[in-house]
Amino acid sequence: MFRRPFHLYRSQNPWREIDRMQREMGRLFDEFAYTPRSRMAPSFPAINVWTNEDGAVVTAELPGVNPEDIDISVVGETLKLTGSRRPEELEEGAKYHRRERGFGNFTRTFQLPFTVEADNVEAVFDKGVLHISLPRAEAEKPRKIAVKAA
Amino acid sequence: MANENSTLQTQDVEKQEVEVAEGTERTRPGRAYVPRADIYETEEALVLLADMPGVDQNTLDITLEKNVLSIRGLVETQNPDNYNLAYAEYEVGDYERNFTLSDGIDTDNISASIKNGVLQINLPKAGPAKARKINVSAA
Repeated sequence: MFRRPFHLYRSQNPWREIDRMQREMGRLFDEFAYTPRSRMAPSFPAINVWTNEDGAVVTAELPGVNPEDIDISVVGETLKLTGSRRPEELEEGAKYHRRERGFGNFTRTFQLPFTVEADNVEAVFDKGVLHISLPRAEAEKPRKIAVKAA
Repeated sequence: MANENSTLQTQDVEKQEVEVAEGTERTRPGRAYVPRADIYETEEALVLLADMPGVDQNTLDITLEKNVLSIRGLVETQNPDNYNLAYAEYEVGDYERNFTLSDGIDTDNISASIKNGVLQINLPKAGPAKARKINVSAA
Protein backbone atom coordinates (compact mmCIF):
# COMPACT_ATOMS: atom_id res chain seq x y z
CA MET A 1 0.00 0.00 0.00
CA PHE A 2 1.07 3.50 -0.75
CA ARG A 3 2.34 5.35 2.27
CA ARG A 4 2.44 9.02 2.69
CA PRO A 5 5.65 10.59 3.90
CA PHE A 6 5.74 11.02 7.62
CA HIS A 7 5.71 14.79 7.57
CA LEU A 8 2.27 14.73 6.00
CA TYR A 9 0.91 12.86 8.99
CA ARG A 10 2.58 15.31 11.27
CA SER A 11 1.03 18.26 9.56
CA GLN A 12 -2.43 16.91 10.27
CA ASN A 13 -4.26 17.65 13.42
CA PRO A 14 -3.36 14.76 15.75
CA TRP A 15 -6.74 15.01 17.46
CA ARG A 16 -8.46 14.15 14.26
CA GLU A 17 -7.05 10.65 14.32
CA ILE A 18 -8.02 10.13 17.96
CA ASP A 19 -11.46 11.44 17.14
CA ARG A 20 -11.80 8.98 14.31
CA MET A 21 -10.71 6.08 16.51
CA GLN A 22 -13.17 7.11 19.16
CA ARG A 23 -15.95 7.14 16.62
CA GLU A 24 -14.93 3.69 15.38
CA MET A 25 -15.00 2.34 18.90
CA GLY A 26 -18.32 3.98 19.56
CA ARG A 27 -19.77 2.38 16.48
CA LEU A 28 -18.44 -0.99 17.54
CA PHE A 29 -20.12 -0.77 20.91
CA ASP A 30 -23.29 0.63 19.42
CA GLU A 31 -23.64 -2.53 17.42
CA PHE A 32 -23.74 -4.47 20.66
CA ALA A 33 -26.22 -2.04 22.08
CA TYR A 34 -28.44 -2.49 19.04
CA THR A 35 -28.74 -6.24 19.46
CA PRO A 36 -32.42 -6.76 20.08
CA ARG A 37 -33.53 -8.23 23.35
CA SER A 38 -36.64 -9.85 21.98
CA ARG A 39 -35.89 -13.08 23.76
CA MET A 40 -36.22 -11.17 26.99
CA ALA A 41 -39.15 -9.04 25.90
CA PRO A 42 -41.91 -9.80 28.36
CA SER A 43 -44.81 -9.50 26.01
CA PHE A 44 -46.30 -8.42 22.73
CA PRO A 45 -45.63 -6.19 20.89
CA ALA A 46 -41.89 -5.86 20.70
CA ILE A 47 -40.91 -2.21 20.56
CA ASN A 48 -37.99 -0.09 19.48
CA VAL A 49 -37.34 3.27 21.08
CA TRP A 50 -35.56 6.11 19.32
CA THR A 51 -34.57 9.23 21.22
CA ASN A 52 -33.03 12.64 20.77
CA GLU A 53 -33.12 15.81 22.88
CA ASP A 54 -36.55 16.77 21.55
CA GLY A 55 -38.31 13.56 22.41
CA ALA A 56 -38.70 9.95 21.45
CA VAL A 57 -40.20 7.76 18.76
CA VAL A 58 -41.58 4.37 19.72
CA THR A 59 -42.19 1.84 16.96
CA ALA A 60 -43.96 -1.50 17.15
CA GLU A 61 -44.89 -4.13 14.61
CA LEU A 62 -48.58 -4.90 14.85
CA PRO A 63 -49.50 -6.83 11.71
CA GLY A 64 -53.17 -7.57 11.33
CA VAL A 65 -54.26 -5.19 14.07
CA ASN A 66 -56.92 -2.69 13.08
CA PRO A 67 -55.85 0.90 13.79
CA GLU A 68 -59.11 1.44 15.69
CA ASP A 69 -58.21 -1.42 18.00
CA ILE A 70 -55.02 0.31 19.15
CA ASP A 71 -55.24 2.51 22.21
CA ILE A 72 -52.39 4.80 23.20
CA SER A 73 -52.42 6.82 26.38
CA VAL A 74 -49.76 9.09 27.79
CA VAL A 75 -49.67 10.31 31.37
CA GLY A 76 -46.61 12.27 32.44
CA GLU A 77 -43.67 10.00 31.69
CA THR A 78 -45.71 6.87 31.10
CA LEU A 79 -46.80 5.51 27.77
CA LYS A 80 -49.42 2.82 27.72
CA LEU A 81 -50.13 0.81 24.62
CA THR A 82 -53.14 -1.49 24.59
CA GLY A 83 -55.08 -3.23 21.91
CA SER A 84 -56.11 -6.52 20.49
CA ARG A 85 -55.49 -8.62 17.48
CA ARG A 86 -58.67 -10.29 16.45
CA PRO A 87 -58.78 -13.85 15.23
CA GLU A 88 -59.65 -14.39 11.61
CA GLU A 89 -63.36 -14.84 11.02
CA LEU A 90 -63.71 -18.10 9.20
CA GLU A 91 -66.73 -19.16 7.30
CA GLU A 92 -68.66 -22.19 8.38
CA GLY A 93 -66.90 -25.47 7.79
CA ALA A 94 -63.45 -23.93 7.31
CA LYS A 95 -60.61 -25.65 9.07
CA TYR A 96 -57.04 -24.76 9.87
CA HIS A 97 -54.13 -26.67 8.42
CA ARG A 98 -51.51 -24.51 9.98
CA ARG A 99 -51.73 -21.94 12.69
CA GLU A 100 -48.71 -19.89 13.68
CA ARG A 101 -50.12 -16.42 14.06
CA GLY A 102 -51.17 -15.50 17.55
CA PHE A 103 -54.08 -13.31 18.52
CA GLY A 104 -55.54 -11.78 21.63
CA ASN A 105 -55.20 -8.69 23.77
CA PHE A 106 -52.03 -6.87 24.60
CA THR A 107 -50.96 -4.20 27.04
CA ARG A 108 -47.57 -2.68 27.51
CA THR A 109 -46.54 0.21 29.69
CA PHE A 110 -43.31 2.11 29.30
CA GLN A 111 -41.57 4.59 31.49
CA LEU A 112 -39.93 7.27 29.41
CA PRO A 113 -36.94 9.25 30.59
CA PHE A 114 -38.85 12.55 30.32
CA THR A 115 -42.29 14.08 30.64
CA VAL A 116 -44.22 13.97 27.39
CA GLU A 117 -46.09 16.90 25.88
CA ALA A 118 -49.26 14.81 25.83
CA ASP A 119 -51.15 17.18 23.51
CA ASN A 120 -48.61 16.75 20.75
CA VAL A 121 -48.26 13.00 20.70
CA GLU A 122 -48.77 11.64 17.21
CA ALA A 123 -49.27 8.09 16.11
CA VAL A 124 -49.21 6.72 12.59
CA PHE A 125 -50.11 3.18 11.65
CA ASP A 126 -48.78 2.17 8.28
CA LYS A 127 -48.34 -1.31 6.75
CA GLY A 128 -48.82 -2.91 10.13
CA VAL A 129 -46.15 -0.80 11.81
CA LEU A 130 -47.02 1.70 14.51
CA HIS A 131 -44.96 4.88 14.96
CA ILE A 132 -45.63 6.99 18.03
CA SER A 133 -43.81 10.27 18.30
CA LEU A 134 -43.56 11.61 21.81
CA PRO A 135 -42.27 15.16 22.07
CA ARG A 136 -40.57 16.11 25.27
CA ALA A 137 -42.31 18.71 27.44
CA GLU A 138 -40.91 22.14 26.61
CA ALA A 139 -40.21 22.93 30.27
CA GLU A 140 -37.99 19.88 30.53
CA LYS A 141 -35.83 20.31 27.48
CA PRO A 142 -32.16 20.74 28.17
CA ARG A 143 -31.25 24.40 28.17
CA LYS A 144 -28.00 26.08 27.58
CA ILE A 145 -26.99 28.13 30.55
CA ALA A 146 -24.94 31.18 29.89
CA VAL A 147 -22.14 31.77 32.32
CA LYS A 148 -21.85 35.38 33.28
CA ALA A 149 -18.57 36.92 34.15
CA ALA A 150 -18.56 38.09 37.73
CA MET B 1 -62.59 -21.34 18.59
CA ALA B 2 -59.95 -20.21 21.02
CA ASN B 3 -60.68 -17.79 23.82
CA GLU B 4 -60.85 -14.25 22.53
CA ASN B 5 -59.57 -12.84 25.81
CA SER B 6 -56.29 -14.69 25.60
CA THR B 7 -53.25 -12.49 25.94
CA LEU B 8 -50.78 -12.27 23.11
CA GLN B 9 -47.38 -13.51 24.08
CA THR B 10 -44.10 -12.75 22.45
CA GLN B 11 -43.59 -16.36 21.40
CA ASP B 12 -46.76 -16.08 19.34
CA VAL B 13 -45.25 -13.40 17.18
CA GLU B 14 -41.51 -13.51 17.63
CA LYS B 15 -39.58 -13.22 14.42
CA GLN B 16 -37.72 -16.22 13.19
CA GLU B 17 -34.74 -15.67 10.98
CA VAL B 18 -34.47 -17.38 7.61
CA GLU B 19 -31.91 -20.13 7.57
CA VAL B 20 -29.68 -19.72 4.59
CA ALA B 21 -28.57 -22.92 2.93
CA GLU B 22 -25.05 -23.89 3.84
CA GLY B 23 -22.38 -22.31 1.70
CA THR B 24 -24.62 -19.57 0.40
CA GLU B 25 -24.88 -15.99 1.46
CA ARG B 26 -27.58 -13.42 1.22
CA THR B 27 -26.98 -10.79 -1.39
CA ARG B 28 -29.12 -8.14 0.23
CA PRO B 29 -27.82 -6.46 3.36
CA GLY B 30 -29.70 -7.04 6.57
CA ARG B 31 -31.66 -9.95 7.84
CA ALA B 32 -34.51 -11.97 6.49
CA TYR B 33 -37.30 -13.47 8.50
CA VAL B 34 -39.77 -16.27 8.02
CA PRO B 35 -43.22 -14.73 8.23
CA ARG B 36 -45.63 -16.49 10.55
CA ALA B 37 -48.42 -18.01 8.55
CA ASP B 38 -51.87 -19.50 8.92
CA ILE B 39 -53.42 -21.75 6.32
CA TYR B 40 -57.06 -22.64 6.38
CA GLU B 41 -59.30 -24.48 4.02
CA THR B 42 -62.78 -23.56 2.97
CA GLU B 43 -65.06 -25.32 0.58
CA GLU B 44 -63.71 -23.48 -2.45
CA ALA B 45 -60.17 -22.54 -1.58
CA LEU B 46 -57.14 -22.67 0.62
CA VAL B 47 -56.34 -19.35 2.26
CA LEU B 48 -52.87 -18.42 3.36
CA LEU B 49 -52.26 -15.56 5.77
CA ALA B 50 -48.78 -14.28 6.57
CA ASP B 51 -47.63 -11.54 8.95
CA MET B 52 -45.34 -9.19 7.08
CA PRO B 53 -45.29 -5.83 8.84
CA GLY B 54 -43.63 -3.10 6.78
CA VAL B 55 -44.52 -4.70 3.46
CA ASP B 56 -47.07 -3.34 0.99
CA GLN B 57 -48.16 -4.34 -2.49
CA ASN B 58 -45.21 -2.52 -4.06
CA THR B 59 -42.54 -4.36 -2.11
CA LEU B 60 -44.13 -7.75 -2.29
CA ASP B 61 -43.13 -10.45 -4.70
CA ILE B 62 -45.08 -13.66 -5.06
CA THR B 63 -44.02 -16.25 -7.58
CA LEU B 64 -45.23 -19.68 -8.45
CA GLU B 65 -42.75 -21.99 -10.02
CA LYS B 66 -43.92 -25.52 -10.69
CA ASN B 67 -45.78 -26.07 -7.45
CA VAL B 68 -43.64 -23.94 -5.16
CA LEU B 69 -45.21 -20.70 -4.05
CA SER B 70 -42.55 -18.19 -2.97
CA ILE B 71 -43.32 -15.11 -0.97
CA ARG B 72 -40.80 -12.33 -0.65
CA GLY B 73 -41.37 -9.01 1.02
CA LEU B 74 -38.75 -6.32 1.04
CA VAL B 75 -38.74 -3.95 3.96
CA GLU B 76 -37.00 -0.62 3.72
CA THR B 77 -35.70 0.36 7.11
CA GLN B 78 -37.33 3.63 7.99
CA ASN B 79 -35.32 5.03 10.82
CA PRO B 80 -36.64 8.30 12.19
CA ASP B 81 -34.41 11.19 11.12
CA ASN B 82 -32.11 12.67 13.74
CA TYR B 83 -33.01 10.06 16.30
CA ASN B 84 -30.76 7.47 17.90
CA LEU B 85 -31.91 3.98 18.68
CA ALA B 86 -32.01 3.82 22.47
CA TYR B 87 -33.66 0.48 23.08
CA ALA B 88 -34.46 -2.34 20.71
CA GLU B 89 -36.57 -5.44 21.05
CA TYR B 90 -37.00 -6.29 17.40
CA GLU B 91 -35.08 -5.94 14.20
CA VAL B 92 -36.35 -4.98 10.81
CA GLY B 93 -35.68 -7.20 7.83
CA ASP B 94 -37.10 -8.77 4.73
CA TYR B 95 -39.46 -11.72 4.68
CA GLU B 96 -39.05 -14.93 2.74
CA ARG B 97 -40.95 -18.16 2.75
CA ASN B 98 -41.81 -20.94 0.35
CA PHE B 99 -44.84 -23.19 0.32
CA THR B 100 -45.35 -26.32 -1.69
CA LEU B 101 -48.81 -26.56 -3.18
CA SER B 102 -50.69 -29.74 -3.69
CA ASP B 103 -52.01 -30.67 -7.11
CA GLY B 104 -55.57 -29.66 -6.39
CA ILE B 105 -54.98 -25.94 -6.75
CA ASP B 106 -56.25 -23.90 -9.66
CA THR B 107 -52.95 -22.12 -10.20
CA ASP B 108 -54.35 -19.76 -12.84
CA ASN B 109 -56.70 -18.11 -10.38
CA ILE B 110 -54.52 -17.45 -7.38
CA SER B 111 -55.12 -14.00 -5.97
CA ALA B 112 -53.41 -12.03 -3.23
CA SER B 113 -53.91 -8.90 -1.18
CA ILE B 114 -52.11 -7.22 1.67
CA LYS B 115 -53.63 -5.13 4.43
CA ASN B 116 -52.12 -3.80 7.64
CA GLY B 117 -49.03 -5.89 7.06
CA VAL B 118 -50.90 -9.17 6.62
CA LEU B 119 -50.68 -10.95 3.31
CA GLN B 120 -53.66 -13.00 2.21
CA ILE B 121 -53.36 -15.42 -0.68
CA ASN B 122 -56.38 -17.22 -2.01
CA LEU B 123 -55.63 -20.54 -3.61
CA PRO B 124 -58.81 -21.76 -5.28
CA LYS B 125 -59.28 -25.47 -5.51
CA ALA B 126 -59.35 -26.92 -8.95
CA GLY B 127 -62.72 -28.14 -10.16
CA PRO B 128 -63.69 -31.73 -9.47
CA ALA B 129 -61.06 -33.62 -11.37
CA LYS B 130 -61.45 -31.83 -14.62
CA ALA B 131 -59.75 -34.25 -16.90
CA ARG B 132 -58.03 -32.35 -19.61
CA LYS B 133 -58.35 -33.91 -22.99
CA ILE B 134 -55.36 -33.56 -25.18
CA ASN B 135 -56.02 -33.63 -28.81
CA VAL B 136 -53.53 -35.42 -30.88
CA SER B 137 -53.30 -33.97 -34.30
CA ALA B 138 -52.39 -36.08 -37.16
CA ALA B 139 -48.90 -35.55 -38.38
